[in-house]
Amino acid sequence: MHAYANPTRFLSLARPLTLWFLILGLALITIGSAYGLFYAPADRLMGDSVRILYIHVPTVWLAMGGWTAIAIASIVQIAWRHPLAAVAARAVAVPGALFTALGLITGSIWARPTWGTWWVWDGRVTSVLVLFFLYLAYIALAFASSEKGGVSRVTAIFGIVGAINIPIINRSVVWWNSLHQPASITVGGSSIDSAFLWPLLVNVIGFSLLFGAIVLMRMRGILAETKVEARLKRMAAE
Amino acid sequence: MKAKHQRLALAVLALVALVGAGLLAAFALQDQANYFYTPSDIVEKQPEVGQAIRLGGMVQKGSIQRADDGVTVTFTVHDGASFQPATYTGITPDLFVEGSGVVADGKLTADGLFVADTLLAKHDENYIPRELEGIDMTGNITRTDTLVE
Repeated sequence: MHAYANPTRFLSLARPLTLWFLILGLALITIGSAYGLFYAPADRLMGDSVRILYIHVPTVWLAMGGWTAIAIASIVQIAWRHPLAAVAARAVAVPGALFTALGLITGSIWARPTWGTWWVWDGRVTSVLVLFFLYLAYIALAFASSEKGGVSRVTAIFGIVGAINIPIINRSVVWWNSLHQPASITVGGSSIDSAFLWPLLVNVIGFSLLFGAIVLMRMRGILAETKVEARLKRMAAE
Repeated sequence: MKAKHQRLALAVLALVALVGAGLLAAFALQDQANYFYTPSDIVEKQPEVGQAIRLGGMVQKGSIQRADDGVTVTFTVHDGASFQPATYTGITPDLFVEGSGVVADGKLTADGLFVADTLLAKHDENYIPRELEGIDMTGNITRTDTLVE
């Protein structure tokens, strides 16, 4: 794993990967969204408002996946002192927060015609709002105290502590009577009709690849920034 | 034990302790964090007349009755075990149909009727295309007349 601690080696892998993730991700999102918006059937009760599912589910999935990635990177950073883990964790924070906001906004737009309200303080909705605030706090902390381009150890600890919220979000609809429906796709199968399901899966994969591309771009940006800083310091010393 | 492993063990231990603490706290919150009470909860806890409560459950099939004024609707909420008659005056959400989930804010009157001030519809985890309407998962034909009104 430490082989890729060398930025040159990492960059030689990240550069083509960014491009492939981006192209493949955008292609899948185009296919999934076009099918979902124009060809997939309307829902029995929700009608056309069901189509926001194709954006809502992938964004919230990545909102939770983003923090899970931050927590894993934080453990790797603290245990192995891997320099790229700190850079990766920092790179995930802003897109993670953005996707959380998108998930909340699309959910709210869906809730108005379906539930009859823009917002409720139920377990699922509130715990995702908490996730959004955790992201904001993490970003503030990461930018206030960076080490060699990555996040500081205090920020890494915060990343691990914040992971507490992920199982709570996942279980919120099971533990508490919630207005949000329980999970449709579980290990046991899916209660989403296959006509809705496949464009949804295409979009989930597409958005995940796009997210990966954004994170790789941001990692490359952070590494380039550190390089510039180091060079400027050397020039100033000479 | 190498320093690296010691750090890993500490980090994992901290994570496990934190998640455990979070789960315990969430579990303890079970009653307070409930978004609504089911009809069975109302039977069990006997809320006072006039106390603000939130009722949630399924709208019993065949129970929705619209009054002549066009905006008042009476219906029965059930959770499989208990039944709670309710009434609401106002525009109902699109998903408010017989057999679907509902969450309502309101109060109980002395004669046991639940008077709702707000009414929210709850969607379940099933997504079914319109073409398959009326055919449930087991292949039985269900009532569809209520979906059109």
